[in-house]
Amino acid sequence: MGSSFFEWLESSRLGTLIAEDPWLFPAIESVHVIALSLVVGSILMVDLRLLSVALRQRDVVELSNDVLPWTWMAFALALISGSALFVSSATSYAQNPAMQLKFVLLALAGINMVIFNLVTRRSIESWRSAPKPPRAAVAAGALSLTFWIGVIFAGRWVGFV
Amino acid sequence: MTELSAWLAATSASEWAASNLWVVPLFQSIHILGVAVVLTSMLMLDLRLLGVTGGRYTIAWLAAQFLPWMWWWMLIMLTTGVVMILSDPVRALTNPLFQLKMLLLAVVLTITLVSSKVLRAFAGTWDETPNPPFRARLVGLVSLVMWVAIVVAGRFIAYV
Repeated sequence: MGSSFFEWLESSRLGTLIAEDPWLFPAIESVHVIALSLVVGSILMVDLRLLSVALRQRDVVELSNDVLPWTWMAFALALISGSALFVSSATSYAQNPAMQLKFVLLALAGINMVIFNLVTRRSIESWRSAPKPPRAAVAAGALSLTFWIGVIFAGRWVGFV
Repeated sequence: MTELSAWLAATSASEWAASNLWVVPLFQSIHILGVAVVLTSMLMLDLRLLGVTGGRYTIAWLAAQFLPWMWWWMLIMLTTGVVMILSDPVRALTNPLFQLKMLLLAVVLTITLVSSKVLRAFAGTWDETPNPPFRARLVGLVSLVMWVAIVVAGRFIAYV
C-alpha cells in the first residue's frame, strides 16, 4: 500500500485527535490492553485444555462454547482500539517491523484457528471429553499459544523499535 | 521512598536493567501475558459471582480452577514488576499511579483471600445457585472493577 494511504489515515480527524490529546492515547491503549488480555487469556484456556495442561475435566466443546463469545467480543474491542491507536501514527507504525510481525502472527493465529475449526474439529465428538486430545488438536493448541504469546511480545516491542 | 529508590538506583541490578535495552521490553511482555492470565481468571470468577455467567459450575469449583492461576502468576508479576522498577527506581516508586496501583492490588488481594475463606465455609450451599446472594455479587463487582483499575493505573504509570 502506498504511503499516501497511511498519511491520509494519520492526517484524519481521528488520527490527529488521538495523536495530539495527551490522555486519549493512553486511555485507548488501556482499553486495548484489557481487550487483548481477555482475547489471549480466553484463548489460552482452550489451548491449555487441548494441551492437557489445565481444565482437563472440562469437555472441549462446552469450554469453547462458554469461552469463545468472550473471545470474540474482546477481539472486536481490541480491533477497534488497536485501529484507533494505529491511525494516530499510521506511517510510522506501518513501517515498524514489530508491528508488521504482530500482524503476521495475528494472521497465522487466524489461519490456525480456521484449520482447527474446519478440519480437526470434525472428529471432535469422539475426543471432546478425553483428557488427552488427538495430535492434530494438540498441535493446534501449541501453535495457537505460540502465536498469541508472540502477538503480545511483538505488540509490546512496537513501542521500543 | 526517595531514599529507597535512590539506594535501588545505585545497585548493579538496577544498572543491568537500565542499560540492557532488551530487559524492559522482555519483562514488560511477560508482565502483559500475566495480565492476560490474571485478568481473564478473575473475570471468569467475578462474572460467576455476579450471576452473569451460567450456573453450570459452582462458585467453589470455579474458584478452585482459577484462583491458583492468579496466585501463582502474582509471583511472576512481582518478579517482572521488580525488574521494571529496577530499570528506573526513582521514577517508578515515586510515581503516584504506581502507588495507587499497589494500594488497589493490596486491597483486592486481601478481599480475594478473605472471600476464599468465606466461600470455603459456604461451599455446597448458595454457591451452587446461578443467582448468588447480594454480598457475593458485591464482591464480584468490586473485584472486577478493581482489577480493571489496576491494569489502567499500570498503563498510565508511563504517562504520568
